[in-house]
Amino acid sequence: MSTNLTRFTGTMAPLPIQNVDTDQIIPASYLKVTDRSGLASGLFSRWRYRDGDPEGEPIADFVLNRAEHGDARILLAGDNFGCGSSREHAPWALVGYGFRAVISTSFADIFRSNALKNGLLVVPVTEEVSASLFDAVAADPTAEVTIDLEAQTLSLPAGGETNFEVDPFARRCLLDGTDQLGYLLNQAPAIQAFETAHPARLDTRSG
Amino acid sequence: MNQPRTLFEKIWRRHLVAAETEGLPATLYVDLHLVHEVTSPQAFTELAERGLPVRRPDLTLATMDHSTPTDPSIDDARLRVIDPEGSAQLEQLATNCERHGIPLYAMGDERRGIVHVIGPELGATQPGMTVVCGDSHTSTHGAVGALAFGIGTSEVGHVLATQCLLQHRPKTYEVRVDGRLQEGVVAKDIILAVIARLGIGGGTGHVFEYTGEAIRTLDMEGRMTVCNMSIEGGARAGLIAPDEVTFSYLEGRPMAPAGDAWEAAVDDWRSLPTDDGAAYDRTTTLDGSALEPMVTYGTNPGMAIPIAGAVPEDDAIEPEKRASFRKALDYMALEPGQQLQGKPIDVVFVGSCTNSRYSDLVAAANVLRGRKVADGLRVLIVPGSDAVKRQAERDGLAQVFVDAGAEWREAGCSMCLAMNGDQLAPGQYAVSTSNRNFEGRQGAGGRTFLASPLTAAASAITGRVTDVREVLS
Ligand code: SF4
Repeated sequence: MSTNLTRFTGTMAPLPIQNVDTDQIIPASYLKVTDRSGLASGLFSRWRYRDGDPEGEPIADFVLNRAEHGDARILLAGDNFGCGSSREHAPWALVGYGFRAVISTSFADIFRSNALKNGLLVVPVTEEVSASLFDAVAADPTAEVTIDLEAQTLSLPAGGETNFEVDPFARRCLLDGTDQLGYLLNQAPAIQAFETAHPARLDTRSG
Repeated sequence: MNQPRTLFEKIWRRHLVAAETEGLPATLYVDLHLVHEVTSPQAFTELAERGLPVRRPDLTLATMDHSTPTDPSIDDARLRVIDPEGSAQLEQLATNCERHGIPLYAMGDERRGIVHVIGPELGATQPGMTVVCGDSHTSTHGAVGALAFGIGTSEVGHVLATQCLLQHRPKTYEVRVDGRLQEGVVAKDIILAVIARLGIGGGTGHVFEYTGEAIRTLDMEGRMTVCNMSIEGGARAGLIAPDEVTFSYLEGRPMAPAGDAWEAAVDDWRSLPTDDGAAYDRTTTLDGSALEPMVTYGTNPGMAIPIAGAVPEDDAIEPEKRASFRKALDYMALEPGQQLQGKPIDVVFVGSCTNSRYSDLVAAANVLRGRKVADGLRVLIVPGSDAVKRQAERDGLAQVFVDAGAEWREAGCSMCLAMNGDQLAPGQYAVSTSNRNFEGRQGAGGRTFLASPLTAAASAITGRVTDVREVLS
């Protein structure tokens, strides 16, 4: 697959489960890290290994353990992906494992925001497209899609393409490398003016 | 006459440093940033790498709650041995807070507790504010009429450095609960019924505003329980308009305004409630008087039924959702059509930012007073804050729990997310007052029935999933 962030082609790992919560993506026992690394082995660990233990026996029929999906860098998931906890460890773990994008019919708000800040594309599709992709990958695990962030298109294995929506600001940041914190820091004069006009009612140091 | 606006719109507009434009998000000012040990280390590292200070340590407040031990016999030295990673994370928070002058309620501090319990308790969260935390249950603080929502760690860094967030304006969703609740039905049952109705993704992209008689007649702590679980309905935030209940709750709390400033603040807060004629993007209505005590049967909080009901049959589930439904039942080792009432359980957990406040403990103690927990059952009572713990000890609640045979613990998140060693064993069933019944949430292989403190206490006595109305009648 190509490694360009704005346009890449690859196979999909199908996870046809709805409401995959971030506790499943990365269980709480992995949240004691103080950096962003080392999370890939915890990705879906409860579904991926017997007793959730990465040292233990892999669960053979879980999608990440199936040889035919070993190279997949796109996760094809059920509706409402990433619900629950706000842990940014979820996209860190997905990216750490090597995923570049998640395709689903919908995403939880906080996950979507966290994912895009870490270069993990979230690609929302209609139920129809989702069903056709699950069918395509079931028929042929090597079926490929191309995600084009610039054009906001997803090209389908059977031919043809569909448009997808992405937050325009997040898209711009990903395409031209805009740093969101830097963008905010540049607003310091406006923030200062706001603070002058709206003195705080609170001082947490007074407790 | 001004254009009528919702509570949400009023708070949103007040906090715009820069309004949203075509293609660019709004820059939203944050009045209070709450911080805990788990979701902050990488954000502080980002600041350090860029050589940035924390812009407003005076609007930032940190606590230790997620991975802290609740077993009173575990001190710092022992924690370093049994949980070196958790201990290192706590130490890192202390170092970061000290470096940046952020007030921190560390272990042993009387003000310490679960972040969403101490915010309102200290009067730090106030009507009309924007409140954020790297934690999805920040929605809790919406109970005082603040716009409060969870953020990721990158955004924690944004707020530390700039006191602002880049946000798109969410839509509004009125959740109206009319009527008066029946005996034995409480705030937790309302919110479980709401989520069962809307589905766990039903509020995605929206902010809930809870209205109606059943909401207005709740006390502040009940309102916190409702707002707490907004995120389980997919909404990042849930709001309840401030009223006299709110003001009398806040008055005199350590960080609430005092004197003339209090009068001025209340005057201002009275202007916040949604104006007559203001439009929500969506509205749903429930009849509060028809609600029953609720309990979950599955692996997300939307999979809830009235306690006298049964697990749905396959054909009641939409075809495309059946596989996930069966997966959940397999995990829970339950059958379609099965009754939950009478199901034997192994553990009862009363705690978490949903239901660990003083009134929750009073409710549980009223059921347990003079009774014993069932033989062989483990019952954990974990107060939400050190202040709640001390009050419960002063007022004899703690003694009620101990006399009944329950474990009385130190404040913290505990078995809500099972990071600190308080956890279910594989296969165990728990009735839990927390907010998430996700697979493994309370311990790998553990199975959770979410319910109210009343239901939890009633179930503690029988060792089975129990309708509190039967115990009390
Ligand atoms: S009690 Fe549970 S839900 Fe609440 S903040 Fe702690 S871990 Fe999160």
